[in-house]
Amino acid sequence: MFVADKYDVIVIGAGHAGIEAALAAARLGCKTLLTTLSLENLAMMPCNPSIGGSAKGHLVREVDALGGQMGIVADQTCIQFRTLNTGKGFAVQALRAQADKKIYQSAMKKVCENTANLDLKQLLIENILVEGGKITGVTCETGETFLADAVILASGTYLSGRIIIGESIFDGGPNGQRAATKLSTALKNLGVKLMRFKTGTPARVDARTLDFSKMEIQRGDSGMQNFSFMTDTPANNQVCCYLTYTNARTHEILRKNLHRAPMANGIIEGVGPRYCPSIESKIIRFPDKERHQLFLEPEGLGTNEYYVQGMSTSMPADVQIEFLHTIPGLENAKIMRHGYAIEYDCIDPLQLKPTLEFKTVAGFFSAGQSNGSSGYEEAAAQGIIAGINAAALVKNFPPLILKRSESYIGVLIDDLVTKGTAEPYRMMTSRAEYRLLLRQDNADLRLTPYAIKIGLASAERVEKFNRKLAEINAANKILTETKITPSAEVNQKLAAAGIAEIKNSLPLAELMRRPSVSYAKLRDIFNLPEISAAAAAQVEISFFYEGYIKKQAELADKLDRLENKILPENINYHAIQNLRVEAREKLSEIRPRSIGQAGRISGVSPADISVLVVYLETFS
Amino acid sequence: MKTEDTISAIATALGTAGVGIIRMSGENSIAIAEKIFDRPLQTAPDRKIIFGHIKNPAGEIVDEVLILIMRAPKSYTRENVVEIQCHGGVEVLREILSLTFKAGARPAERGEFTKRAFLNGRLDLSQAQAVLDVIQAKTATALSVAQNQLAGKTSKKIRAIRTEILNVLAHIEALIDFPEDDIDDAVTSELDAKILAQIDAVKIFLANQRSGRILREGLETAIIGKPNVGKSSLLNFLAETDRAIVTDIPGTTRDSIEEFVNIRGVPLKIIDTAGIRSSDNPVEQIGIERAKDCAGRAELILALFDSSREISAEDLEILRLIEGRSAIILLTKADLTQVIDTARFENFIAISVKTGAGVEKFLDTIAEKAGAVNAEMNFVRDEREADLLRRAVENLEEARATLSKNIGIDFVAIDLRAALELLSELTGESVTEDVINEIFSKFCIGK
Repeated sequence: MFVADKYDVIVIGAGHAGIEAALAAARLGCKTLLTTLSLENLAMMPCNPSIGGSAKGHLVREVDALGGQMGIVADQTCIQFRTLNTGKGFAVQALRAQADKKIYQSAMKKVCENTANLDLKQLLIENILVEGGKITGVTCETGETFLADAVILASGTYLSGRIIIGESIFDGGPNGQRAATKLSTALKNLGVKLMRFKTGTPARVDARTLDFSKMEIQRGDSGMQNFSFMTDTPANNQVCCYLTYTNARTHEILRKNLHRAPMANGIIEGVGPRYCPSIESKIIRFPDKERHQLFLEPEGLGTNEYYVQGMSTSMPADVQIEFLHTIPGLENAKIMRHGYAIEYDCIDPLQLKPTLEFKTVAGFFSAGQSNGSSGYEEAAAQGIIAGINAAALVKNFPPLILKRSESYIGVLIDDLVTKGTAEPYRMMTSRAEYRLLLRQDNADLRLTPYAIKIGLASAERVEKFNRKLAEINAANKILTETKITPSAEVNQKLAAAGIAEIKNSLPLAELMRRPSVSYAKLRDIFNLPEISAAAAAQVEISFFYEGYIKKQAELADKLDRLENKILPENINYHAIQNLRVEAREKLSEIRPRSIGQAGRISGVSPADISVLVVYLETFS
Repeated sequence: MKTEDTISAIATALGTAGVGIIRMSGENSIAIAEKIFDRPLQTAPDRKIIFGHIKNPAGEIVDEVLILIMRAPKSYTRENVVEIQCHGGVEVLREILSLTFKAGARPAERGEFTKRAFLNGRLDLSQAQAVLDVIQAKTATALSVAQNQLAGKTSKKIRAIRTEILNVLAHIEALIDFPEDDIDDAVTSELDAKILAQIDAVKIFLANQRSGRILREGLETAIIGKPNVGKSSLLNFLAETDRAIVTDIPGTTRDSIEEFVNIRGVPLKIIDTAGIRSSDNPVEQIGIERAKDCAGRAELILALFDSSREISAEDLEILRLIEGRSAIILLTKADLTQVIDTARFENFIAISVKTGAGVEKFLDTIAEKAGAVNAEMNFVRDEREADLLRRAVENLEEARATLSKNIGIDFVAIDLRAALELLSELTGESVTEDVINEIFSKFCIGK
């Protein structure tokens, strides 16, 4: 065995999960190795050229609040920014940006290459080394062995990847990459349970062959639109997207060729995501829908490739060409890359602890698509947590387990490790119990204190955060303590600012509860201190929605009490006679960390939970 | 597990005593009691009897009561405990209990006081197993209730209501989570109409609460009359009519002084059968006091008069007793020579259990008196269910209020989700998974 080097942490895969994991571990002082099949493809976006969206935008903000990289690089390199759900409540408003794929990749690569403690290597990992239930390292295709105290699997869709374009099927990763076939076998040999998932992507077409005049134009939003709490520059909108629709003719062609669809004729075995169905499955599942929308999105500033969002397909090439030509604006479209489906192995996430470490192999972690999730943002979110917790193991500090009541990251990981997933898991705001608390705007208030405590927040971030916090606290204090009286002078000033007059004396905080009263207005009238727009927004939200927020906070508090009842790791569930048999089996398999987590396992009833509580109080 | 909630339950056996006790346990039990009591309690001394009145939200006096406060940790559960001693009538007890729910308590689960005592370290290890058994028994009981055909019908209807709310919520959630997809907008007036329709549907359940209770617990029925009038024979006759006598139903801790008979689909719970049997025993003469007590707590009185004898002073006392009450007057022993002056009675049925004379009419009248009880209707099974449904209605009303404020559909979703959680406690389903499944089955997602 040729031992090439020894690391604290080795990360397998340099996609969105692997990068955040490696950066977090390295920044926390671990000697870290980030491995990838191809150094050209670090931080690659093999699917849509966009970051964020409902719930996903929230995840990016949370990764950023923890000291992650995705938000900062997205702000620097994205070429169109839009805030979604502006007509709805502030808790569900979410930022979505179009990325320039190549620029994003090179910016991210530059960050990784210049991070202290972090080595980048192009390697194909073929085996995981374990001794006595503990990870010891990895071996590569080229024969070297690297030893490590912790290894993070972030292999995306590369594990035994298989590409399907109609009748054309070959082994491979996304975008013409190699697949990692031997690693799948190595995992199986370790006793890891694997699942087979599928996902798909649409064709890319040549901009010169598109007629944009037949499509609806979609522009970006101006103003401050940033993922990162560290970015202070206005949105950089350089491109537009275009909307067009399928029609009866498109559907007819697809229907006529359904027998050639790999998902219909049994070629595809993997389970695909319901939220991202191929165009052929949309036709099958919603036969009455007359048209489906398609978005044309640029892949970057330096290329003519346009991504046809909404037409993910694994139909044969000739069918793809034929049906695309029926769509307004795409009549003469030339395909540059075909749409394809990819099948891949991922691990059953029920095998993981909430720290993302395998229950059966100490020091072995997994993050991202290899855990059965989907999406760049979901991957990054798991990556940073796996990186922090690998560092925690190496450096011997307590692991970071975020609660459902404080973050989407907490919801995401808890769902994966408690309930598992039957399809590639995508984050949605409706998965969170306390959506109102988990806003995009307060991700820093929720999570940056953890980053500061762990040591992942840069000095600049700490300074900025503390300043914002001080501004919020000062403003809250003044608003609560300053009483105004209904004098003619006061009412005149209020009227001038378009605020209804007051009849009784009241604290300024009371005025903040009225619609359309902003901090800026009160500041001008009553000479309040100048604070940043971000701090003012927090103050406004906290007063205007106080009742709703308080209600959810109380409920969240109740939930947290159960999260704090920790179950011992060595508990023998089979010995607890009063548990129903199904509950005993489920609890033994998942080994929940707390009573709260146990309550979310399907097959464990409230009566079982009562039994557990009694058991915990009595026999532990 | 919601150990921080305040729980409330009737602590005494229903209707068997002159005094009844409602017990609450939990951090807020004193504050809750104060809300429905006409004197301050937060500052009241520990372990001293406090006299006063329970009032309903309209300010009307419900009952004259004694309150006893036992502050944590010096109580059975080691939490703040309040006991309300009131008059033992079923209606009074139930009304006060439901007032405690409205004021913030929730119905105690079976064995929950003991469980709390245990969890708070009040019980020793040897008692732990007993508590576990009680908790376990709860699932068995719940199972048998679920298998009940009537219960099945109820759940089906509740499920239908839940599905309707789920549809509304899924639509809102789809709009939030997939804002760029091609999904129809949620029109405020349509959402409002849909929510209102479900509020009405739940209210029908609550309105039928009495019928549900009768079907579940039986119509409390007293058989009264002077000694030797034939009470025992009537009881035996009723028992024979319904061969399947239930002697003890789950959830009641009463002794064997009750018997259940099913008459034309209406279950009767005959109270104080021990009294009936012993009063026919000439050795042990039972006075009018027992009849009074028995009649006082019954919902239906079967008043028996011996038609082969003259009216006695006791008979006149009984006639006074049933004035203004739901009662059926039976002139017994119709097969013997008729002596009684029938002009004394307004509506009566002459009956003989020996010959069967008047029996049909009697049975019809019972069904009629029980009112519109029929197994086809929607009803709630117990106070816990009623409480869940009431809270679901409150959340739905709030959803409508939020909708009218126009501050964003995600706020409406909060109230709808809360209502759905409550209904799901009744049907045992999961909310989040169902909402997500509904989104994907109803809307074509996939930008």
